[in-house]
Amino acid sequence: MDFELSPEQEQLRDNVARLMRERYGFEARKGYQASPRGWSEALWRDYADMGLLGAPFAEADGGFGGGPVETMIVMEQFGKALALEPYLQTVVLCGALLKHGAGEKHRAELIGAIAAGESRLSFAHAEKQSGFDLHDVGCSVVKDGGGGFVLNGEKTLVGQGDSADKLIVSARLAGARRDRDGIGLFLIDADAPGVTRRGYPTQDGQRAAEIAFADVRAAPHDVIGAPDGALPVIERAVDETVAALAAEAVGAMSEALTMTVEYLKTRKQFGVTIGSFQALQHRASDMIVALEQARSMMYLAAMMAGEDDAAERAKAMSAVKAQIGRSAKFIGQQAVQMHGGIAMTYEYKVGHLFKRLTMIDAAYGDADVHVRRLAERGSLFA
Amino acid sequence: MDLRLTEEELAFRAEVRAFVRDNLPASIREKTVAGRRLSKDDYVRWTRILAAKGWAAPHWPPAWGGTGWSPIELSIFLDETQRGNAPELVAFGVSMVGPVIYTFGSEKQKERFLPRIVDLRDWWCQGFSEPGAGSDLASLRTTARRDADGWVISGQKTWTTMAQYADWIFVLARTNPQAKKQEGISFFLVDMKTPGITVKPIQTIDGGHEVNEVFLDDVRVPADAIVGEENKGWDYAKFLLANERNGIARVGVSKARLDRVRELASIPVYGSGPKIEDPFFRAKLAEVEVELKALEVTQMRVISNRRTAGKPDPASSVLKIKGSEIQQATTELLMEVVGPYALPYREPDAMSNEPPVGPDWAGPLAPTYFNTRKVSIYGGSNEIQRSIIAKAILGL
Repeated sequence: MDFELSPEQEQLRDNVARLMRERYGFEARKGYQASPRGWSEALWRDYADMGLLGAPFAEADGGFGGGPVETMIVMEQFGKALALEPYLQTVVLCGALLKHGAGEKHRAELIGAIAAGESRLSFAHAEKQSGFDLHDVGCSVVKDGGGGFVLNGEKTLVGQGDSADKLIVSARLAGARRDRDGIGLFLIDADAPGVTRRGYPTQDGQRAAEIAFADVRAAPHDVIGAPDGALPVIERAVDETVAALAAEAVGAMSEALTMTVEYLKTRKQFGVTIGSFQALQHRASDMIVALEQARSMMYLAAMMAGEDDAAERAKAMSAVKAQIGRSAKFIGQQAVQMHGGIAMTYEYKVGHLFKRLTMIDAAYGDADVHVRRLAERGSLFA
Repeated sequence: MDLRLTEEELAFRAEVRAFVRDNLPASIREKTVAGRRLSKDDYVRWTRILAAKGWAAPHWPPAWGGTGWSPIELSIFLDETQRGNAPELVAFGVSMVGPVIYTFGSEKQKERFLPRIVDLRDWWCQGFSEPGAGSDLASLRTTARRDADGWVISGQKTWTTMAQYADWIFVLARTNPQAKKQEGISFFLVDMKTPGITVKPIQTIDGGHEVNEVFLDDVRVPADAIVGEENKGWDYAKFLLANERNGIARVGVSKARLDRVRELASIPVYGSGPKIEDPFFRAKLAEVEVELKALEVTQMRVISNRRTAGKPDPASSVLKIKGSEIQQATTELLMEVVGPYALPYREPDAMSNEPPVGPDWAGPLAPTYFNTRKVSIYGGSNEIQRSIIAKAILGL
C-alpha cells in the first residue's frame, strides 16, 4: 500500500501547478471565459505541448502511457484554478469511451488527434427524460441498408458541446427506451448535415449545448464498438469521469479552504483578526475534516477507476461521489459564509469555486442519488 | 501510488483473521457481538491467548515483547481483531504507560513493569483527569511532595476507567507549585494497594460501572516511583496522548458494529417488517458506510505516510473526530433497529428469571448508544481536537 506519487507524477503535478499559477490567475480566467469559445485555445495548445492531452492513454494508442492517477493529478490542479478547457469531456470522458469501446484503428486516429490538441470531442448522451439513468436512451438509430446508420433525436446538457468538432452520440438500435441492451455509440462530425447545436453558458462559467439530430448519417466505420451493446463502455467511462471529477472537486475544495484560512488570518473586525474567534476556527477545522475525507475518496476513485469488475467499481464510485458531494457542499457553503459579503460578489473567486463545486455534485448523480444506489446495493464492506 | 495490500500483507491479514476465528473463546465473542459487558477475566484470558502467540504488545520494541510489525501490519492486526469481535487490548498498560516506561523509565522500571503489562499480570489505570482538570489537564491540582523516603501524593482523580480492576495507577501530580502550570508536573507509578487510595464507583448513564473516582490521601510512594525527570511529567503525558492516536479511529469496531446492524436489521421485530427493508434506514446506513470507507482510506494515508515526520499530517486530525462520530452513528443505527423495544431497561448482568421484554438481543442496544457518547468526549474532546487543528494545521 502506497500513496506516494512517482517522480514522474510529481513532476507532472508541479508542471501543471506552475502553468496554472502563471497563466490561470482568476483575472486571466475571466478573459478566457469571455472569449468566443469560452475557454483558452492558447492553453489548450500548451496542454498538448506538455503532454497533458495524451496523459491517460496507452502509448500504443498515441498517448503517454499514464492512467487514472495522471488524470487525478491534472484534474486536481485544474480544479484549483477553475480551468475552463474541455479536458473532462475530450480527454477523460470521450477518451475513456474510445479507450474501452473503439477498435484499434479508431483509437490510433482519434486518441492521437486528441493528444496532439487537434480534435475536441464531447459526449452527447443525456436526454430530457433520462435524469441520471445512463441506460435511458431514446435517440434512435437505424441501419441504412448499406452498412451505415441514420440517427434521429435530441440530446441535452452536452458539456462543451458547442465548441467540440466531433461528437460521440449514444443512440438506440434496438429495444425499448430504458433497456440496457440495444445502445450504440456513433462518431459524428459536429457540423455534419442534420446536426443542430444551441450553445449556452452554464452556472459554473463553462458551456454546454442542446443538440438535435435529424437524419444524421453515420458511416459503417463511425460506430464505436458493438452498435447495440455500448452500455458497459458508457458506464465505465462515466465511472472514470466521476473519478476525475472527484479530483477536480478536491482541487476546488482545497483552494476554497486555503482562501478561507487566508481570509481568517487577515480580515480584522472588533480590532482582531476574525480567525481568532473560536466559532470560526472550529468551522474551518470541520472544513479540513471534510476535505481530507474527500481527498481519501479521490485516491480510492483513482484506484477503482481501473477496476474491471463493473459492480465493485460502480459501488466504489457511488461512495466516492456521495462523499465528494457532501464535502463539496459543506466546504463551498462555508467558504462563502466565512468570507462574508465579498464572497457574494461576482468578481471574487470563492463564489465561483462554490458554483463549480455545486455543479460537480449535480453531475452524474448528486450525493443523494448515489446514497440511494448504495442503499440498494448492500454493504460497502461485504 | 498503489492502494492495494501486497501479497505479504494479504497473507498476514488472512493469518490474523484465522487466528482470531480459531482462538477467540466463543463466550467472549458472543458478549462482544451482543454488546454485553466483558468481565476482567475475559480481558485477561484473551490477552494471555495473544501473549502466548507473541501478539499482546504488538507495537512495542521486540526486546520488550513487540512484534516488529510495520505500521500497515499493525493496522491490519487492529482492524482484523476488532472486526473479528475480539476485545480490545486494555490500553492503559500496553498503549499508555508501557511506551512511557520503555521510552523514559529506568532500567529497573522497565524490567519490573513491562513483562507484567504484556500478559496483563498488572492491570493499569490512568490517573490524569481531575474534577477541575478535564480538557485543561495541565491545571491539575494533585500534589506530590518529597519526604525522607520518597513522595507523598495527595489529591483526587476522576473518570478513572476500570480502576476497580487495577493493580497500578499512573498519576500526574504537581511537584513544583511555583512553576508555570505545564512545567511543575511529574509522572508517578503507584501501587493501588498503597494505603491512602480509595476507589469510588461512578455509575454512567447506561447504568454501568466503568469509571471511578480515585482519592489519594497522603499516599506514600518510594523515590523510584517517579518516571524520568522530576517536573518533566507533562512531556511524558503529551507523548502518551500522542500514542493514544494509534487506532483511535476504530475502523474495525465500526465495521463490526455495521455487520451487527445488518444482521439484526434483517430480523423482523414484532409488528413490523425487518428494518433493513425500510429504504430510509438503508440510506442512513449507506451514509455511515460512505464516511467509514473514506475514514478507512484516511487511516491508511496516515499510516503509510513516511514523509511528514514531526509535522502534523492534516489527515491524522480527521481520525479522532470522524472516528468518534462514526462510532456514535453506528450505535444509533443499532438502537434504531429494535424500534420501540429499545425502551425496557435491564440490569446489566442481572441474574433474573423474568423473561426479557422484547427480543432477547435488544437489551444492550440502547445502553451501548448512551455509553458511546463518551468517545467524542474522552482523549481530548472533539472541540479540543478542532482547536488543535485550527492552531497546528491551519495556523489560526
